[in-house]
Amino acid sequence: MKRILVLLLLPAGFALAQAGDTAHGKQLFEQKGCYQCHGHEGQGGLAGARLSQIKLPQAAFIAYVRNPRSGSMPPFRAKVLSDQDLADIYAYIKTFPEPKPAKDIPLLNQ
Amino acid sequence: MEKETEKSKNPVDRRSFLTGAAAAAGVAGLAASTPPVLLAQNAALKPEAHAAVDVTSNAKPGSDFMVDVFKTLGIEYIAANPGSSFRGLQESSINYGGNKSPEWLTCCHEESSVAMAHGYAKIEGKPMMIMAHGTVGLQHASMAIYNAYCDRAPVYIVLGNILDVNYRRGNAEWVHSVQDAAAMVRDYTKWDDAPVSLSHFAESAVRAYKIAMTPPTEPVVIVADGTLQEEPVTDKNLRIPKLTLNAPPQGDSDAVAQAARMLIAADNPVIVAGRVARTPRGVELLVELAELLQARVFDQRMRMNFPSLHPLYGHPGPSIATPNLSAYDVILGLEVQDFWGLTHRMTGLNKFGMEEQPTTKPGAKIIDISAVELNHKSNYQDFGRYLEADLSITGDPEATLPELIEAIKRTRTIGQHHGFDVRGRMLADENRRAREHDRELATLAWDASPISTARLSAELWAQIKNDDWSLVANDRFVSSWPTRLWDFSKHYQYIGAQGGAGIGYQSPASVGAALANRKYGRLSISIQCDGDFNYAPGVLWTAAHHKIPLLMVIHNNRAYHEERMYLTMLAAKYDRDPGISDIGTALNGPNIDYASIAKGYGLYAEGPISNPQELGGAFKRALERVRKGEPALVDVVTQPR
Repeated sequence: MKRILVLLLLPAGFALAQAGDTAHGKQLFEQKGCYQCHGHEGQGGLAGARLSQIKLPQAAFIAYVRNPRSGSMPPFRAKVLSDQDLADIYAYIKTFPEPKPAKDIPLLNQ
Repeated sequence: MEKETEKSKNPVDRRSFLTGAAAAAGVAGLAASTPPVLLAQNAALKPEAHAAVDVTSNAKPGSDFMVDVFKTLGIEYIAANPGSSFRGLQESSINYGGNKSPEWLTCCHEESSVAMAHGYAKIEGKPMMIMAHGTVGLQHASMAIYNAYCDRAPVYIVLGNILDVNYRRGNAEWVHSVQDAAAMVRDYTKWDDAPVSLSHFAESAVRAYKIAMTPPTEPVVIVADGTLQEEPVTDKNLRIPKLTLNAPPQGDSDAVAQAARMLIAADNPVIVAGRVARTPRGVELLVELAELLQARVFDQRMRMNFPSLHPLYGHPGPSIATPNLSAYDVILGLEVQDFWGLTHRMTGLNKFGMEEQPTTKPGAKIIDISAVELNHKSNYQDFGRYLEADLSITGDPEATLPELIEAIKRTRTIGQHHGFDVRGRMLADENRRAREHDRELATLAWDASPISTARLSAELWAQIKNDDWSLVANDRFVSSWPTRLWDFSKHYQYIGAQGGAGIGYQSPASVGAALANRKYGRLSISIQCDGDFNYAPGVLWTAAHHKIPLLMVIHNNRAYHEERMYLTMLAAKYDRDPGISDIGTALNGPNIDYASIAKGYGLYAEGPISNPQELGGAFKRALERVRKGEPALVDVVTQPR
């Protein structure tokens, strides 16, 4: 089990980010249905926002999942996904590969 | 024994039979109460009382005349799964009518027949005929009819039925007969009739076509009575009325002038296009209006209304059906779908009651131009929530646009013209940035497996961009990537969606649209959702049999995915396990092999393809077959959306 310690600069009052287990995060991302709206690589689309290359800090990510502002995303509360689960999912999201710039993909320059 | 047998062969004479009957009734104690007339009738029911009469005839049947009528309407095709209640029409259309105009198309399901006609109408601008039993066939067809109704697409439906009990032979004809065949679909068809004579048939058949083609265009039903089909023509004075199509309803001139003044006075007007362009002229008119005002156009993509690379094209990203209208002070809706829903926000997931609030700018004015209210019915609720418009004009948008354009030209001043141009440059700049943003989003998951829908769309575009192509499918379920990446400019390049959101539409609709494209030599492409495909895949055989060129790309996300997302959302909302969402929604275990299915129906097919590197080659090989006039299928294992 590889744990990545996600250290982030957080606003005053936020605790340090929890360590995230990417393997468990991947399992939860698939099993709890995150991929359904956000895509298997967090690319987003019609149904859900992009997660790949996420800019939100871990704490803000967890806060958002607990109380989403989107009209269609439900709140995932601790009974369904614990803070540790969300930290693991966050760690997994951070592993999504950085895309090439569009200018370097010939099919996107037709 | 022999004597008794001989006796039984001899007809009982009437007198002795009546005597016998009276005696029997007497035994039952009923002789005194049985009227002689009934006794006589009972006698008449004895088989030996009938004299054999030859009623067969090879004289010209009524169905020949019905075919004569259809030929005057210019209908190209009849799509049907064969049925005995319209066998007369089938025989006549092939032998007497030469199987031309209309030509018979063999369908494997009535839902496919209607959806084929639905797709055909959106390319060709006129109805295809479908035939079905008035009972079981129509029951199969009904969902597809509802889709066409909600999508304002004309479909010419002919139902077989035997109204006269004297002509029903055996159980099959009894269970296939109905008193009022069209009743089942009357709530979602525009007009129907059940003619009782051939002259009545001619008049109603012509009237039905005229009504179907008058905006709002909709399905119509004619019941072709089995007796009328198969009995000889006896009327020597039959004639077919002349068809004269109605000019489409146009908005009131004063109201249109008022709309022009409101749009000119606006700081930031926007046009929302629902079902506007019935013809290529509709696209030209909408471009002219937008350029005149230098106003943003949000195309709901119910039809191909506005060029996707035009600088004024509203590029709202994936939310094409529900763009953000909060920045605009005058909103012009042209036959918009769910206009109220477009201008209001409702609670996404209801918790303590439904809340709603306007999403428009305070004080924004709404102009609604639509002909749909001319045909509203009360039962099915496709009309949407009541819209509090500031100006509501009943009229077909395409027919009303010329007068609106002229009114704007007459009314605007030179100063206003200059202001419009400044606005236009700003909008063009926003459009360019939005398009660049989309291109960057398309890079995400570029090499992923399952294959991203952006990659699928880009690979496909590379193969077809130099052809005269037509996307005969709705692209919403692939996050609208074709709309976001391709260059849509011609009316036939997009046909929108189901209308009634009834699944099972797209495979047959794409085949019908491809059929319409065939005579123009266009390359038809469909990106086909797997769940929808499985309703009636036999339409692939119809495409192969009738040599309808079409590339069908299966968007194989192995689920009824929309519903899977709903289950996840609800489970999370109730603090329960979202992990159950595959139950009842996933299409795996075993995975469905769409290429093998297609091969079984006689198509060239490849797949399943999970590696994006293999996609370009598969498309190229399949398209070679399509360009030669065949249908082909490529099964692509994809990301969910």
